[in-house]
Amino acid sequence: MTVGDIVQALELTVYCGKKGLERRVTGGYVSDLLSDVMGHADTGQVWVTLQTHKNVMAIASLKDLAAVILVTGHKPDENTAHQSEEEAIPVLGTHMSAFDVTGKLYELINK
Amino acid sequence: MRIVVPGRVETHILSGMTERMHFEHNIVGGDFTRAGYASSQVKKALKTLDVDMAIIKRTVVATYEAEVNVVAHACNGMMIVDIDGSTIQVVIQDEGPGIEDVEQAMVEGFSTASSEVREMGFGAGMGLSNMKKNADSLHIESEPGKGTKVEILMALDGREEVRSKK
Ligand SMILES: Nc1ncnc2c1ncn2[C@@H]1O[C@H](COP(=O)(O)OP(=O)(O)OP(=O)(O)O)[C@@H](O)[C@H]1O
Ligand SMILES: [Mg+2]
Repeated sequence: MTVGDIVQALELTVYCGKKGLERRVTGGYVSDLLSDVMGHADTGQVWVTLQTHKNVMAIASLKDLAAVILVTGHKPDENTAHQSEEEAIPVLGTHMSAFDVTGKLYELINK
Repeated sequence: MRIVVPGRVETHILSGMTERMHFEHNIVGGDFTRAGYASSQVKKALKTLDVDMAIIKRTVVATYEAEVNVVAHACNGMMIVDIDGSTIQVVIQDEGPGIEDVEQAMVEGFSTASSEVREMGFGAGMGLSNMKKNADSLHIESEPGKGTKVEILMALDGREEVRSKK
């Protein structure tokens, strides 16, 4: 499954990093604590969070994450979007809560 | 082969495939927009050297946490990286307030992060335990009022060797 497949299935907004829509997704991680993500997320996962600042991209890039999903209508900061483009790691958005989008994501990935 | 990495670079070929690399990056306390930059340069360098991906992953978790700690808790820091055929050594030192009780700071959940820093999602008190879990060897020296020096060692040819040097 690719990031693009998830965008379509969950009707997510693609804010930036379109070049990364072909990335393979292996799973997901949900957290708003950055060192929790640093310690527990893994390559190819989608990160569900409400954090919008640039450090999100620093972590996504260092951990080789597939994409970031911002919940409850949050949008990426300008420099977050810039780094997302540079790293080709998409930042996606939804109005769903972390609970709802994660439930759907889990079902989709483990189908 | 000559390897060029941003920052102050020195590259020598020792013998055959053994390469030695040295570089340094400044870390500016309080500047969250650049937090992670030095670690991303470490990752790039290790990829250029074809280091095993599992080792690269553990290395960047440890260096990132040390780098962010300088940004979040200290000021005026430096990351100094030395790679040779068998070891990656990363020293992160700062001129910050230092750590009163390193053992207490190592406890997962302990944090003195400001509320602003916590709002950004830092301050879970997990950084030092991430470093410990991922580094082959971790050494922290800190003098309150002066600063902190963190040394991360990674073995390139088997994890146990560096561990036993502790
Ligand atoms: N370079 C440093 N200078 C001064 N104090 C430090 C430094 N590094 C760590 N500390 C102290 O150790 C505590 C624990 O650090 P640790 O990285 O484990 O957690 P944190 O930085 O508070 O939160 P997190 O890393 O989860 O975002 C910090 O809150 C701080 O009090
Ligand atoms: Mg920390």
